[in-house]
Amino acid sequence: MDLSSINPILLIASIMISATPILLAAIGEMVVEKAGVLNLGVEGMMITGAVVGFATAVSTGSPTLGFAAAALASAVLSLSFGVLTQMLLSNQVATGLGLTLVGLGLSALIGKPYEGMKSPTMSKLDIPILGDIPVLGPMLFSHDPMVYFSLFLVLAVWGFLKFTRAGLILRAVGESHDAAHALGYKVIRIRMMAIFFGGACAGLGGAYLSLVRVPQWTEGMTAGAGWIALAIVVFASWRAERILIGAYLFGGVTVLQLNLQAAGARVPVEILSMSPYLITILVLVIISARGAHGAPASLGRPFHASR
Amino acid sequence: MADTLLSLRGLTKAYPGVVANDDVSFDIRVGEIHALLGENGAGKSTLVKMIYGLVKPDRGDMTLGGAPYVPGEPKAARASGVSMVFQHFSLFEALSVAENVALGMENPPKTRDLARQIREVSETYGLPLDPFRVVGTLSAGERQRVEIIRCLLQNPRLLIMDEPTSVLTPQEVEILFATLRKLSSEGTAILYISHKLEEIRSLCDHATILRLGKKVATCTPAESTARELGELMVGSSFAAPVARAHASGAVLLEVQNLSLPAPGAFGTPLRDISFSVKAGEVLGLGGVAGNGQDELLAALSGERLSPPGSVTLKGEDVSRAGPMSRRDAGLLSAPEERLGHAAAPAMSLIENGVLTAARREGLVSRGFVNWGKARKFAQSVITAFDVRTPSPMAAAGALSGGNLQKFVIGREILQRPDVLVVNQPTWGVDAAAAAAIRQALLDLAAKGAAIIVISQDLDELMEVSDRFGALNEGRLSPLRPVSELNMEQIGLMMGGAHDMEVAHVA
Repeated sequence: MDLSSINPILLIASIMISATPILLAAIGEMVVEKAGVLNLGVEGMMITGAVVGFATAVSTGSPTLGFAAAALASAVLSLSFGVLTQMLLSNQVATGLGLTLVGLGLSALIGKPYEGMKSPTMSKLDIPILGDIPVLGPMLFSHDPMVYFSLFLVLAVWGFLKFTRAGLILRAVGESHDAAHALGYKVIRIRMMAIFFGGACAGLGGAYLSLVRVPQWTEGMTAGAGWIALAIVVFASWRAERILIGAYLFGGVTVLQLNLQAAGARVPVEILSMSPYLITILVLVIISARGAHGAPASLGRPFHASR
Repeated sequence: MADTLLSLRGLTKAYPGVVANDDVSFDIRVGEIHALLGENGAGKSTLVKMIYGLVKPDRGDMTLGGAPYVPGEPKAARASGVSMVFQHFSLFEALSVAENVALGMENPPKTRDLARQIREVSETYGLPLDPFRVVGTLSAGERQRVEIIRCLLQNPRLLIMDEPTSVLTPQEVEILFATLRKLSSEGTAILYISHKLEEIRSLCDHATILRLGKKVATCTPAESTARELGELMVGSSFAAPVARAHASGAVLLEVQNLSLPAPGAFGTPLRDISFSVKAGEVLGLGGVAGNGQDELLAALSGERLSPPGSVTLKGEDVSRAGPMSRRDAGLLSAPEERLGHAAAPAMSLIENGVLTAARREGLVSRGFVNWGKARKFAQSVITAFDVRTPSPMAAAGALSGGNLQKFVIGREILQRPDVLVVNQPTWGVDAAAAAAIRQALLDLAAKGAAIIVISQDLDELMEVSDRFGALNEGRLSPLRPVSELNMEQIGLMMGGAHDMEVAHVA
């Protein structure tokens, strides 16, 4: 094994790239679950975002427009989940799974003409001063804007839930929709907004895969990233800062094991490939084993005003 | 104080299949404490929901302080000065006191100012409370204070209280009544919903009684006896349980030094509990909610296993035996929560009968359910306990609380237990049904079963039990014969005094 073939600067830089899609999807799903809705359709919304983002970026030449279109498309798709589960009271688990299947199928259909194409790349942010720092510069400060946007989003969600009144109301709805309704809050409207936000985030995450990380379109390219995002939300005990840890850990181990494979480590490939899943879940289980688990008390329960 | 604050005229609300309120009219005066009395299903909650803007009346109108009052939503009701303290469903356990209060306000101030206001109001009205405690860790009495303070911070003209004393110790009830009287003397009207007649007689200026959605009478409770009020409420006289003289026999259930850690973040640990129950005896265990009642029931029923030697049934150690083998051995139980714990809401009464009675009643042979027998068993419970249901096929969740409770308790009693443990057997049940359930428990004891009744209703415990003990923070007080007790001693046993000391410090 030749460890010297692994360049630490490139490694850290690619960890950030690798973690961003999952981070985006997970932080969105956390907001949805904090409002008391379990949307298992993250995978479907991500891949819809991936294909719509890719198609838009290819036809307009603008990755930014691609991201915007991806967020919008996935958010609209998530609204179909919202209408079914919140207004028509369908089962959240079944509807979420259905959403994933719809997303996978729809994306394959839309993406057929775009297979094998290359997308316009997003220019890297040229941060003055910070980007010129010798080792740290290329490692942390010369990425595309979406990497920083995702980090900002984590901070914003954390602050929103902790400090704002709207955030308090959102948490209250997720804790006890009956109590929130009794106080006169619009449970369904608040949940629809959360679902919309979660959809948009998943769309951004998907588009990041097809526009930056890969960057091209292949059918089924999310390959379970949406499910990992869902798992991270649970193991992170619905806390923004732990979602950051979880996503970066998963991204980190994924990149590391690929590097180890390339370096010819004498560990079976199967074990290396499963390591990101194992290690992420293990670490987050250990973190969440202590203290309150904090699942929103109304998570996944249907709400109807008459009861 | 003759001015009318809120006037209801001909309020009517119908739901598919049932008229919840039929042409209800009455007046609430400024600063009076007005009781709203009625059995479960008499239409009390629908009526207050209309006043609070949660439900729109089909017909009829309301005036508040002389002006037409049509609240479209609770926000509008609060803006007009109508606040409500709910019986349940209205606090968020994972949030702090201050956050809970903020959620009930239109324009809450900054957290620091709000915390100061909470302290001020709570001290003015003798309801001490720490704004930064998480609600999940508070006692039932303290939770109620959160709700009251949430209302008081908005200076209401009318305060609606839905069964406020059902979870309080006698001392806490006194504190609450003092607060309510003070509010009333300051000009706040209070609409007080309850079915505890003695309370209403001592507290309320007027009472409106509802039966089957119609107003039966408005009277002055201090001038009527509790029995008169009760009969107005029920519409027929009901039998009070017959006093008993139990010859107690051999010890059937013995609990020795039972300690168990808390089951979850909001649970209570059991600490060194020891007692024994004899054949023919009813042991009453009181205590404020959340002091280990659910945990004790789980330890006795076998839902949670306990250290070897701690639970002995008829001389045999069953501490490590699960619920099934304890049932086989004659130890049956009915937990507090009807929907979800004692019964599966979406399943029929027949199926719910099979769930606990399958083995004792032989409803299953070679792994197949004998539905004919199961139907007969469910039918016998329905007949024996006067469960009002269209058929035994009806889903448990479709029954009213009182009827389901009768079914749940009856199902256990008809299995001829040697030891029966019940938690809150008459919670949310109307007076007639409660009397029937208590009588059934007494009859069972007279036949030689040992019965443990866990309840927060002290009157009930005084009525049915031979000996009384109280749970406080997972500890059991010494047991005393009921005949030697008075209300004050009971309150002290329940830890009311201790609780208030804590509150003053906070």
